[in-house]
Amino acid sequence: MNALPPGSVGEVAPQRAGFLEPLILKGGKTLAAYELVYETYGALNADRSNAVLVCHALSGNHHVAGWHADAPKKLGWWDNMVGPGKAIDTNRFFVIGVNNLGGCHGSTGPASIDRSTGQPYGAGFPLVTVEDWVASQARLMDRLGIRRLAAAMGGSLGGMQALQWTLSYPDRIAHAIVIAAAPKLSTQNIAFNDVARQAIVSDPDFHGGNFYAMKTFPARGLKLARMLGHITYLSEDLLGEKFGREIKGDDYGFHYEVEFEIESYLRYQGDKFAQVFDANTYLIMTKALDYFDPAREAGGDFAKAVAPAKAEFLVASFSSDWRFPPERSREIVQALVKGGKKVTYAEIDAPHGHDAFLLDDAQYHRVVAAYMDNVASEIGAGPRAGPVIVGGTELEEMKGYAGKSGKADAR
Amino acid sequence: MTPRFDYDLIASWIPEGARVLDLGCGDGELLARLAALRRVKGYGVEIDPGRVLAAVGRGVNVIQMDLESGLSMFEDDAFDFVILSQTLQAMRRSDLILAEMLRVGNEGIVTFPNFGYWKHRLSILRGRMPVSESLPYAWYDTPNIHLCTVKDFEALCATVGAQILDERVLHEGRVIETLPNLFGSLGVFRFRRRTPG
Repeated sequence: MNALPPGSVGEVAPQRAGFLEPLILKGGKTLAAYELVYETYGALNADRSNAVLVCHALSGNHHVAGWHADAPKKLGWWDNMVGPGKAIDTNRFFVIGVNNLGGCHGSTGPASIDRSTGQPYGAGFPLVTVEDWVASQARLMDRLGIRRLAAAMGGSLGGMQALQWTLSYPDRIAHAIVIAAAPKLSTQNIAFNDVARQAIVSDPDFHGGNFYAMKTFPARGLKLARMLGHITYLSEDLLGEKFGREIKGDDYGFHYEVEFEIESYLRYQGDKFAQVFDANTYLIMTKALDYFDPAREAGGDFAKAVAPAKAEFLVASFSSDWRFPPERSREIVQALVKGGKKVTYAEIDAPHGHDAFLLDDAQYHRVVAAYMDNVASEIGAGPRAGPVIVGGTELEEMKGYAGKSGKADAR
Repeated sequence: MTPRFDYDLIASWIPEGARVLDLGCGDGELLARLAALRRVKGYGVEIDPGRVLAAVGRGVNVIQMDLESGLSMFEDDAFDFVILSQTLQAMRRSDLILAEMLRVGNEGIVTFPNFGYWKHRLSILRGRMPVSESLPYAWYDTPNIHLCTVKDFEALCATVGAQILDERVLHEGRVIETLPNLFGSLGVFRFRRRTPG
């Protein structure tokens, strides 16, 4: 048995929780019963005060840190953030990752069997919202015996869930860490989402969302959706630096096959994603993003919408993020400040774009670590054992891509 | 780090439970002290990543942003006190930040190194830019781009519509009563928006 890499939670196994109490969704429909798949890291303390819920973004899942026995090289998506000695220190915190409803990694979703029909939900899976996710997560916390979270946290769509926690359950969350998020999507954000959705629904293999019975799936549409999305996750500078105008051959080929490195990279990403992700889940996740708008029910006044929050906040953004740029995080901060909430805001100078929230920026991780150390001291969990272990993982999407040089690391 | 003599004076002016905005809060020492002593509520504003990190470490609510772009993050009259300690002289538009302080706060507190301090004057008389305890940088690498004397600041207050409530000039923690613009190295002003009429 080899020693664990420093800061690693090691091998983990997902768990499942079934819920028979119907969940009434914001869209008006009801999920009669559902299952959530989740993972936990660290140990719940005696007074159950050290729980940290990690909420995932569009393509994320419950596998936040460590690895599964059957895939020892596939680390959780936030393994650089969560572990013993890392920013979210599992020596002191009990961390929970959960796959959201409508997902495709084990929780009830469009590919699950609808008990009322005996067939996969497919297009019949109801649209779920950030509020619905938070409600389902709260029930999971009930099941785990956690009345109040020390913190909920997430990046992007995950940050929106952390924020929603403070509004849906003001008394059940002490801190929210809202990273690279926005108070609502911009017109341009929705526009990108709709192009992605159109790519999926116009794929002949989509079959109105009921493709499971046809033993097929809209791989082309999902690939296009991912290619488009992926462009928006990275900064122009990063793409330029990594791929430039490099071409595969020595000279222009005057054809429509893959030629520029960026084409090769994006198609590789798209193909890889389409093989593992569910098209209906992609539609559901993007709609949940589009619908998120706490201000809508407060007469358009976001400050009024966040007024019920009792939690303290850490808000963080990244300078090169053009999907949810720093201005959007500043809107969140401004509303919280207006309401006199306790809020800390870090604007991280990082070159990677939106996906920076998944990366190892030292300032970013140290700020989260310092904030969480204060949370730890509030709950009497004591100081960290040593210096913060910052990252060590590379951007998931960049893994395994053999560029022009043929090296595994495209960087 | 030189001791911050202005912090004690500022702390003596801030009442229990006040809403405080500390502009250029550095590592958050003043806000942390005010929170412990006076249970103030409020925020620090800082641009430097290392100082932001240090302030987070102290448990201070710090907001990372550039003061030069104004205080649009904050509502009119949102704070009882807005503090700008030893930052004014490093700003591009010292007048604009004063105007913003008057907008978002009921009272403003500004501290700055007094360029009229006798050692600085002597240095100029000898033909060299001053380097002192309060102005420790050489002219070519100093962040202090808008140095002023106590009298200059009084004039600026009049220009931006600030009514001076209290004005002290310190040297090594002592209040200088005799010829303060000559013998004091640190100006500490407390002011509010001049009421019309």
